[in-house]
Amino acid sequence: MKATPLSNCERRFLLRAIQEKKRLDGRQCYDYRNIRVSFGADRGCCMVELGRTRVLAQVSCELVPPKPSRPTEGVLFFNLELSPMAAPGLEPGRQSELLVSLNRLLERCLRDSKCIETESLCVVAGEKVWQIRLDMHLLNHDGNITDAASIAGIVALCHFRRPDVSVQGEEVTVYTPEERDPVPLSIHHMPICVSFAFFHQGTYLLVDPTEREERVMDGLLVIAMNKHHEICTIQSSGVVMLLPDQILRCTKITAVKVAEITELIQKALENDQKARKEGGKFGFAESIPNQRITAFKMESAAVDTNDVEEQAGEIIAKADPPSEVFANPVLHTQNFTSKHQGFLNSCSFANPVVHTPGTAQIGEGIESSWGDLEESEKEEAVEEEGESEAAAFECEKVETEDTSTLRETKSDEPIVLSDSEEEEVVILEPQELPRKTRTQTSSKQENPSKKAFNKRRRKKRTSR
Amino acid sequence: MAAEVVETEAVDGPCRLRRFSCELGLLSRPDGSAAFLQGDTSVLAGLYGPAEAKISKELPDRAALDVLLRPKVGLPGVLERSREQLLQQTCEAVVLGVLHPRTAISLVLQVLSDAGSLLSCCLNAACMALLDAGLPLSALFCGVTCALQPDGAILLDPTARQEQEARAILTFAIASTDRKVLMVTTKGSCSVQEMQQCLAVAQRAADTIFQFYRDSVRRRYSKS
Repeated sequence: MKATPLSNCERRFLLRAIQEKKRLDGRQCYDYRNIRVSFGADRGCCMVELGRTRVLAQVSCELVPPKPSRPTEGVLFFNLELSPMAAPGLEPGRQSELLVSLNRLLERCLRDSKCIETESLCVVAGEKVWQIRLDMHLLNHDGNITDAASIAGIVALCHFRRPDVSVQGEEVTVYTPEERDPVPLSIHHMPICVSFAFFHQGTYLLVDPTEREERVMDGLLVIAMNKHHEICTIQSSGVVMLLPDQILRCTKITAVKVAEITELIQKALENDQKARKEGGKFGFAESIPNQRITAFKMESAAVDTNDVEEQAGEIIAKADPPSEVFANPVLHTQNFTSKHQGFLNSCSFANPVVHTPGTAQIGEGIESSWGDLEESEKEEAVEEEGESEAAAFECEKVETEDTSTLRETKSDEPIVLSDSEEEEVVILEPQELPRKTRTQTSSKQENPSKKAFNKRRRKKRTSR
Repeated sequence: MAAEVVETEAVDGPCRLRRFSCELGLLSRPDGSAAFLQGDTSVLAGLYGPAEAKISKELPDRAALDVLLRPKVGLPGVLERSREQLLQQTCEAVVLGVLHPRTAISLVLQVLSDAGSLLSCCLNAACMALLDAGLPLSALFCGVTCALQPDGAILLDPTARQEQEARAILTFAIASTDRKVLMVTTKGSCSVQEMQQCLAVAQRAADTIFQFYRDSVRRRYSKS
């Protein structure tokens, strides 16, 4: 999928509107879009919607040996992925600069700020520690991935519960959720990123840029702060040069925004906790509002399974038997030369048919025509009908000199290779089939280059 | 539409489908998107297409469809690749690709949560995304999973625990015209008669699912 480029008129329009202090969605310069946090049924799974930007986060844990340089600390692993559904132009597996810079920023925000207590993740020093893995997926790109991902990440970490462990000497017991309640991670503070986009060489500033605004911005300033007004990360990128008082002003704005967002997160976590404790319903299904016309719910529905046996029997009785399958599997008597094997493999065939039980056919190839030689013409005509149409196109280009003996009365019959140049190997057949005469084929074998074959063929005929 | 409190585990009877929910058009960037939830299993599907294809991928006579299935945790592995193939073959069977030659249709599925019957949830989400994008289809399709318990009982739409305890798990993709089977995949061993029975049960369940599709699309386009 190709990304749609931004047209010049759109760019000019956006820049003019920003000069006049207008935004496309009607927000003020310092306004955030609506943030919505919903939780899944599993612990540690949450989805954050920042306007239309949507990020899914999932936390998981496992016991691993610790890093040699840090034997008493747990391991944290963060991964943000831009799903190909988020925007056209996002290819799977392509490590774009955007992805690398986002990942690095989020790592600095969550890991280097020491918001998670890694010492508490140690189980047996030097041998077993918890590895906490945070996977984030961007599902819809409408700008400001950093903020949405940082909110999703910290909410998922707060929501997550790891299994309880107890250590007795050398023995480590990991309890399942049924045995002992899982334990939350110890989180000191919640760093939240706030993004500022600069336009017109730093003259104009917008908080929480949308995707269109991001495309026309000159530079981006990201400040990660917690509610105690501690700056966890600060990063400025792009071609804008900022004055110190601009940055200080941004930090003040950040403090206000972070306080609001943290309050929203706390409320969402509390609501979810309450729903789980009281045995109410939780999960993504509950977060879909009922009033939306685009959403529809159906309660658990019973499926009528009376008379299923009769219906099952009817299905089989009414089903047409596939035309290519032989009623009587026949074992064939010819050997295949490798040359003809090559021919057969080069002809693709829509419905491969295994003629011979006990032999396997790998991949799509024309069906094995061992034994076509031995069949009666009529039987072949019946069988070949189904396969001939499909095989006809591919096999028409097959050389007719080497091919065999199937002389069908139809003119469009494909020339099936079957050949019989080598010595005959007799395999037991369940039914006695009239042997075809070779006379009709000998006329075809006049090609001088195939004299060797012909010689053997004649030998065979004489040996009969 | 008020939602009553109904248990999400299929404990009331063996042949019950779990609570279904569907939201259409929830993502703004993709051409078609759908979130499909079966009990606690949920899958989000986003579809782009028909759009310009890369020269290496374009087909001269029809649209090139490719499917990506992303797990929630970790990198996609062999299981995801095989499911992508199954989904691609099912979708190619119904999408009228000949109406859009030399274009690319890409369907991306994201697993939001996995609590059993994931492949059938993916199939349902894929069909709803195709509907939401307005692609020309020759038929709708739905996915139904049956689990065969060790005693031979058939469970529809099994949860993760029921899948673990089952002897065999069969997933069917059933088309809306005449309830024909588009795709079958099985895990475990079962006899031919049991498979026929599961197929018949799945065809019955498909009626309910197609009615659900119809109702959700009707609700979306209703004027009142």
